[in-house]
Amino acid sequence: MLDRLSFPQPWLSLTLFITWQFLSDGVSGGSVVLGIILAWGIPQMTQGFWPDPPAFIKAWRMPAYLARVIRDIVVASFEVARLILSPRPARPAFICYPLELEHPLAITILASTISLTPGTVSADVSDDNKLLLIHALDAEDDQEVIDTIRARYEKPLLEMFQ
Amino acid sequence: MNPYAEYAICLLLLIGGAFTLVGAIGLARLPDFFTRLHGPTKATTVGVGAIVISSVIYFSTLGQGIGIEEILITAFLFMTAPVSANFLAKAAMHLKVKTTENSRGQPWDQ
Repeated sequence: MLDRLSFPQPWLSLTLFITWQFLSDGVSGGSVVLGIILAWGIPQMTQGFWPDPPAFIKAWRMPAYLARVIRDIVVASFEVARLILSPRPARPAFICYPLELEHPLAITILASTISLTPGTVSADVSDDNKLLLIHALDAEDDQEVIDTIRARYEKPLLEMFQ
Repeated sequence: MNPYAEYAICLLLLIGGAFTLVGAIGLARLPDFFTRLHGPTKATTVGVGAIVISSVIYFSTLGQGIGIEEILITAFLFMTAPVSANFLAKAAMHLKVKTTENSRGQPWDQ
């Protein structure tokens, strides 16, 4: 009974509370009360879906990673736009990417990053969390795509999560 | 309003509009389902991003505070776009949607 009244994931609760304060028009008594209710209720309801407490140790590396991802999104957007407008047909490919990451949250972040950067979509993860299926819009060489993702995104994530 | 802010807003709106248009053209032009998935989820990332930044500049120069709501919109969009793209790709793989002839590799089914 007592664990019903606790905050099982304090960081998630804090994020939800702050997000609610930004969403509601200015901090007031009502927004604080509703924010606390949401910060308590949503983690309680979603608790069954979280695999295990994420071993998120080196959070200070996150801003540098985000900056790199945003820069890559902008650069790759121009490449995809040029490809769409050029008469040359695309060379799409399905690529099996061997994962080095093991934590489910880390794999989720990597898959989301791959989907957000233009030119690649992560389509599926194998059942044993060892392979990631990527669809590339225009890939000349499978190994080149794998190496780029490994060096630019997976290495920083590995450092963050281990 | 500050003329430089107006130029910046115009430029960002034009960039945003151009990328959204390219995304729509991609949706129409690309050959199969999986490649079409790239057009709207990608070119629009920058499209919506640029439009949101122009909105932030507009409302902050009007003196109505910095638009944190717009930044939250971007954050939510960036969190949900990969999930919907992943669902679409998974559904297409499950239905064994045809790919173009020059596409390399195979989707797996499990």
